[in-house]
Amino acid sequence: MRRGSSGFWLAAAVMLSPVLLTTTAVAQTSANGDLTKMQSNASEWVMPTKSYDNQRYSTLDQITAQNVGKLQVAWTFSTGVLRGHEGSPLVIGNIMYVHAPFPNTVYALDLDHDGKILWKYEPKQDPNVIPVMCCDTVNRGPAYADGKIFLHQADTTLVALDAKTGKVDWSVKTDDPSKGATGTSAPMVVKDKVYVGVSGGEFGVRGWVAAYSTKDGKELWRAYSEGPDKDLLVDPQKTTSLGKPIGADSSLKSWQGDQWKIGGGDTWGWLAYDPKANLIYYGSGNPSTWNPSQRPGDNKWSMTIFARDPDTGMAKWVYQMTPHDEWDYDGVNEMILADQEIGGKTVPTLVHFDRNGFGYTLNRETGELLVAEKYDPAVNWATGINMDKGSKDYGRPILDKKYSTETPDVNHQGICPAALGTKDEQPAAYSPDTKLFYVPTNHVCMDYEPFRVSYTAGQPYVGATLSMYPPQGSQNMGNFIAWDATTGKIKWSDPEAFSVWSGALATKGGVVFYGTLEGYLKAVDAKTGKELYRFKTPSGIIGNVMTYEHNGQQYIAVLSGVGGWAGIGLAAGLTDPHAGLGAVGGYAALNNYTALGGTLTVFKLPSS
Amino acid sequence: MQRMSRAVACVAIALSLSAGIAYAIEDGAGDPTAVKSEDGKWQDKNGNPTFKIGDDGKVDWYTYVGFIRYSANCLQCHGPDGLGSTYAPSLVDSLKHIDYTTFYATVAGGKQNVSAAQNLVMPAEGANKNVMCYIDAIYVYLRARADGAVGRGRPAKHDDKPEAYTKAENECMG
Ligand code: HEC
Repeated sequence: MRRGSSGFWLAAAVMLSPVLLTTTAVAQTSANGDLTKMQSNASEWVMPTKSYDNQRYSTLDQITAQNVGKLQVAWTFSTGVLRGHEGSPLVIGNIMYVHAPFPNTVYALDLDHDGKILWKYEPKQDPNVIPVMCCDTVNRGPAYADGKIFLHQADTTLVALDAKTGKVDWSVKTDDPSKGATGTSAPMVVKDKVYVGVSGGEFGVRGWVAAYSTKDGKELWRAYSEGPDKDLLVDPQKTTSLGKPIGADSSLKSWQGDQWKIGGGDTWGWLAYDPKANLIYYGSGNPSTWNPSQRPGDNKWSMTIFARDPDTGMAKWVYQMTPHDEWDYDGVNEMILADQEIGGKTVPTLVHFDRNGFGYTLNRETGELLVAEKYDPAVNWATGINMDKGSKDYGRPILDKKYSTETPDVNHQGICPAALGTKDEQPAAYSPDTKLFYVPTNHVCMDYEPFRVSYTAGQPYVGATLSMYPPQGSQNMGNFIAWDATTGKIKWSDPEAFSVWSGALATKGGVVFYGTLEGYLKAVDAKTGKELYRFKTPSGIIGNVMTYEHNGQQYIAVLSGVGGWAGIGLAAGLTDPHAGLGAVGGYAALNNYTALGGTLTVFKLPSS
Repeated sequence: MQRMSRAVACVAIALSLSAGIAYAIEDGAGDPTAVKSEDGKWQDKNGNPTFKIGDDGKVDWYTYVGFIRYSANCLQCHGPDGLGSTYAPSLVDSLKHIDYTTFYATVAGGKQNVSAAQNLVMPAEGANKNVMCYIDAIYVYLRARADGAVGRGRPAKHDDKPEAYTKAENECMG
């Protein structure tokens, strides 16, 4: 599987000299120590989510609530690709790494020389991968460690590039795109392993997270979301769910027959890592198909938060948020790790804003559920989450039967949120200064009509049609909110015309940034949500805002390039099928505001 | 060239429209007026599949099925109601220009426009029963959308399912 000349030379050198082998190993460990250290250097942005805890918080404070109004464009860069641009660039030293959607170009830009292109990587990939990417050809970016850039390409090639030259060090195939498996998510590196997951829930791809050696791309472990215990990497006695052992065959028992083999539970979101607990965290997506009547049972462990040992892959705890999903509420959204004060005690929490509309706060060491509240009042498929520890339904959503979609060939109406969730992959941010989470949200409901589908490998395996519209009485399709995760309450909420599909950035300067689908970069006051600045970039923003410092100056950067699911669903504007004829076309059409693009826009304050 | 002659044909059809049809027609397959039905499946005078909409807005069964199957198999790229997305072109516009044969060939065989900046890939659906068993229904629905005969969203009322439909569906889906 290994390719590339440097990989070969490394292998040859190892065979020739055991001494060198030891040296390499030592260098490896210390270099990885570097990644943890590098994260605390505010001038760099070494991981897609800024740091292992996914807080997306920067201690840079040159740009403040007082002066952000003066922000101006410093420079721009076109990726040359007109598609949905998710993720954000990385800054390591004086080099910025910018990625693009399919064909998954990566550029290294020299910040010391006005962004001169140091190298460009553009893999040759079979265009037939494009139509099996369910919701645009997005990629959420590369990861960095040990002088290498790791990228999970659309065709599920995991590649390690030399960060200095862009040359392929090694590459390995992680799955099979001819069966609908694709790579869209950003890898994460811990110590000497790079972790990656897979997309393909709309093609019946069984989800997994795998660890590869950063050194040579060797697969070290692979943990599936569904199937027999040996595939799941669980210990029936030691792996717990809400404090109780999950028992043997926990997944198999929750499916009928062999459906789990094409059962989805894909793992295309962000990964997190807690060095102290030595656990990595991520979520799994929707069970396949979207037609719930074809897969009776809880469909474990789709829609689940996993906490795993990064060295062995063994799961410490799991928590399934939406058992037997009937609405496509993937559980993949980011896990934000923050130590918070709850009931007078500092608790190591994990905060997760799920597609299903509930904001969850858990103890990240034990998996204990602490808070679960709606972060959009419009959410109606469940009235709440059962918090009664004595109940057999503890931790399960309290369903409102009215919004069940169990019966096929019936158009189930008025379900909130829509399948794209109250929030999708666009990551929230946390500020330890305000102790608030800043969450980009969707404010959209749906009608959902499931129907029977047959499975053919590599063909869409969806089994439901849906139509989407804002909740009754709302004209806005999004909100940008501040959330108190210790109580589960919205602190403030800024309405947005469209879904907010851009990752947020919180800064010590008291300013929070996010992008909008029309293309605005916006800065708001972290305390009040008051808008302080806006600038319209060339295209709609589904990328994540980042910040870095170069030569003593703080910069803010964001990719624009509309697309993703938002670009597909909202391009022509939504209609409310229940509002009568007068309202048809009543909601804003995104294509009246923006067109395709692919540009990085970088901001700074004017030099004084 | 081909486009040109189609446009001319459209004008001719528009001029020859009977007074009973109120909407302006731009249709790649020519006059969509339904002239003949085989068990609820309508054809225009050239034998192409077409829609039939009652005075009360009630659509024929195939137009309705076309809406459902379009939403199931095409919406994820071509957007709700055939209106296009950032990912794939509007079929409401396309069907103003392309005829039934071109439509069929494109869906069955696929179409690509891949360059450094663009990566437009229409998958070949020829082997996909979930599409090919309903191809005429999808065509009829999109044709009605292109001609302005059916609005956005789910058609409110539709004819009952003809027996012939169930038989054909079972045979095709296997
Ligand atoms: C994976 C995304 C995808 C899916 C699913 C898809 N299409 Fe397409 N389709 C495209 C793209 C992209 C193009 C433009 C191709 C080009 O320009 O070369 C296209 C082009 C077309 C065209 C040609 C339009 C023209 O003006 O020439 C037709 C007709 C069409 N699609 C019909 C359908 C139908 C019907 C379905 C559902 C059965 C469907 N497509 C499903 C992506 C898709």
